Amino acid sequence: MCQCNCHGPKSDLSLLDDVLKEYAGSSSNLITILQKAQNIYGYLPKDVMYCIADKVGITPADVMGVATFYSQFRLTPIGKYLIMSCQGTACHVNGSERVTAAISEYLGIGNGETTADGLFTLENVACLGCCSLAPVIMINGEAYGNLTPDSAVAVLKGIQEKEGK
Amino acid sequence: MRIVIGEGSCGIAAGASKVHKAIEAVMTANEPFSLGSTGCIGMCFLEPIVDLYDGKTLLRRLVKVTADDAVSIVEAARSGDLSKVDSITISAEDEEFLNRQTRIALRHCGLIDPVSLDDYREADGYQALEKALKTMTPEQVIEEIKISGLAGRGGAGFPTWFKWNAARQSVSDTKYLICNADEGDPGAFMDRAVIESDPHSLIEGMLIGAYAIGACEMIVYVRAEYPLAIANLEIAIAQAKKANLLGENILGTGFSCDMRIKAGAGAFVCGEETALIESLEGKRGMPRLKPPVPAQKGYMDEPSNINNVETFANVSWIINNGGEAFAAMGTENSKGTKVFALTGKIRKGGLVEIPMGKTLRDVIYGIGGGIRDNKEFKAVQMGGPSGGCIPKELLDTFIDYKALAATGAIMGSGGMVVMDESTCMVGMAKFFLDFTALESCGKCVHCRIGTARMQEILTRIVKGEGKDGDIELLEELCEAVKDGALCGLGQTAPNPVLTTIRYFRNEYEAHIKEKKCPAKECVDLLTYSIDAEACRGCTLCAKKCPAHAISGAVKQAHVINSEACIRCGQCVNSCRFGAIIVE
Ligand SMILES: Cc1cc2nc3c(=O)[nH]c(=O)nc-3n(C[C@H](O)[C@H](O)[C@H](O)COP(=O)(O)O)c2cc1C
Ligand code: SF4
Ligand code: SF4
Ligand code: SF4
Ligand code: FES
Ligand code: FES
Repeated sequence: MCQCNCHGPKSDLSLLDDVLKEYAGSSSNLITILQKAQNIYGYLPKDVMYCIADKVGITPADVMGVATFYSQFRLTPIGKYLIMSCQGTACHVNGSERVTAAISEYLGIGNGETTADGLFTLENVACLGCCSLAPVIMINGEAYGNLTPDSAVAVLKGIQEKEGK
Repeated sequence: MRIVIGEGSCGIAAGASKVHKAIEAVMTANEPFSLGSTGCIGMCFLEPIVDLYDGKTLLRRLVKVTADDAVSIVEAARSGDLSKVDSITISAEDEEFLNRQTRIALRHCGLIDPVSLDDYREADGYQALEKALKTMTPEQVIEEIKISGLAGRGGAGFPTWFKWNAARQSVSDTKYLICNADEGDPGAFMDRAVIESDPHSLIEGMLIGAYAIGACEMIVYVRAEYPLAIANLEIAIAQAKKANLLGENILGTGFSCDMRIKAGAGAFVCGEETALIESLEGKRGMPRLKPPVPAQKGYMDEPSNINNVETFANVSWIINNGGEAFAAMGTENSKGTKVFALTGKIRKGGLVEIPMGKTLRDVIYGIGGGIRDNKEFKAVQMGGPSGGCIPKELLDTFIDYKALAATGAIMGSGGMVVMDESTCMVGMAKFFLDFTALESCGKCVHCRIGTARMQEILTRIVKGEGKDGDIELLEELCEAVKDGALCGLGQTAPNPVLTTIRYFRNEYEAHIKEKKCPAKECVDLLTYSIDAEACRGCTLCAKKCPAHAISGAVKQAHVINSEACIRCGQCVNSCRFGAIIVE
């Protein structure tokens, strides 16, 4: 077990054991370790990063440096539904800004923020690879294409209904 | 009969999986046909697509299929009476989209089951590997690639044989062959389609490259946003290992080589080869100073060779058909074919592979069917954040590395985003600068600060706060950033600005001098008013306006208070009489 005495909520570090056993041997696996950790915790809690630094044998600053360099890594918890809103070129040309603005306005959150009820997190991304269906958003891995501001909001309303909110 | 559903990422996004489930649901235990899936057919504008085959012969291609069509599809396949699906059969005009292409890198895409090694083998798969390993020396492989004229498809267009040869010449027991599948250009998806739809061709192409340079391990760096590509490639690697196509003593030839996947973590600069190597080593993806080039000192300080997915996808075809057959296509300095991802305001968006030497017009009009909604073509963006916008006057430019570079754009990796009259070119330049300023790794001052300053200037121009001299200031900054940047990201970041200034200077001037956006896209520069003649006084717009900026009595002409108007555009959408004027 890690002995780090960092502040903030305590994470269950034992969940990391298997990942560390397989990858902690080399610092070249750091990104893979962080990806797996994020899959486990939904984000990268501070104590988890300290623990990884300790086991890999690098400084917490090294871990933090990598975690903040790549856009995939999140340092705060996310909502139940992660909305990835494409801001790529094809989506831009086809009106993604208005779609994102409508989502933002409807949920009252900006890029990187989470709704108070913990249901949605909005994240702007560069391209989802479905450019010919632009504008595109992806919610928990499912892509929605050819959106308009109204149809995007309708998708969110559908989810809210399903969740009874 | 076989029913085959196109289930690449974009097919799935369009609803292909729902169609698959719906067909399954109406099938009974003993049907006289089978149901399968394939990858990207590349006709994204017609997705979801369902193909009906008799053996290898395509009987019908059904397009824009929905779950509601499941019953008629199954009935047609059962009875053989294809008239039941006439209403969803592809039109003769749309068939031309594929007929006008020459597919080499995409040769199996949409034809085989991506996760079936048997399918790949039947389509001549792994014959090139066998030929190379058993009948050719590594030098002969490199020579064949040299004859083919194959150049890197990742953007720079560097001759592939030259890089392979340099890596071959480097002396070391441990060498690496790396595939760049980071596909960072936002708006491009050629590489995703190849990996998802034909993962074995990437493995085969890489194995031939590994043999040529003498590598002991192959690594594929795939962007994390491509989960299906990663999944299919993982399956293909496992199949290849089992079939002794990967690992120790491949096909009994004594050649050994392993393969693994590394998922990227979202950083555009990691597409640059030295940054990619840093990232593979678990570090922040910041480019290294060259030399030493990767062929001398790359991953883990060992000789490494990096190529793009599409580059590798051409290799086994070249070995099978000979370098000369490949070089027979194209122009003096650009050989073979190139894949483009055609998107934007195009009628028929999708994947297009054509021989080099065709014109942009051939792609955009001949294959893509021109501009959507009867609008005017304005420009095509090629090469993403490193590229530029090519205007209408240059539509007859050849697809050729040199000819495209002469326009100020680049061939790039294959993103082709088409724009119409409603796209603001200053806004486009700002869009790319926002992107590169965000993605700059921060190592060099010119790129880090220079892109931020350019972004600031462009932001003030689109807000109507541009000043005299801003264009000249931008041009000066562009030159400074180009000269002072360490890697390609910074060196090419000015291209979108320079090309838009070069071809659309009038739009910059309209923003700066007249405070107008000719494309009517820059919100801050628009004014909304009501044409008193056309207005019927229906009050709809007044009810819709979130800012309560519209007033007027019933059946009287309405007016907009421009002080209160927040330029949201809702009134335009609500007026059925076209009375709202936007300027
Ligand atoms: C900022 C930047 C981003 C790049 N992104 C990619 C990419 O996403 N995919 C790619 O294959 N090459 C990319 N490249 C080019 C690579 O550095 C490298 O030239 C290429 O992978 C070599 O393969 P090739 O010779 O087969 O083209 C990028 C270069 C720069 C400067
Ligand atoms: S040019 Fe930009 S991205 Fe490239 S190394 Fe310099 S700061 Fe980093
Ligand atoms: S643009 Fe929006 S705010 Fe302005 S008048 Fe129309 S509806 Fe009202
Ligand atoms: S919606 Fe059109 S016609 Fe009706 S009041 Fe407004 S401007 Fe006039
Ligand atoms: S640009 Fe939006 S999916 Fe590619
Ligand atoms: S069919 Fe796969 S990219 Fe559109």
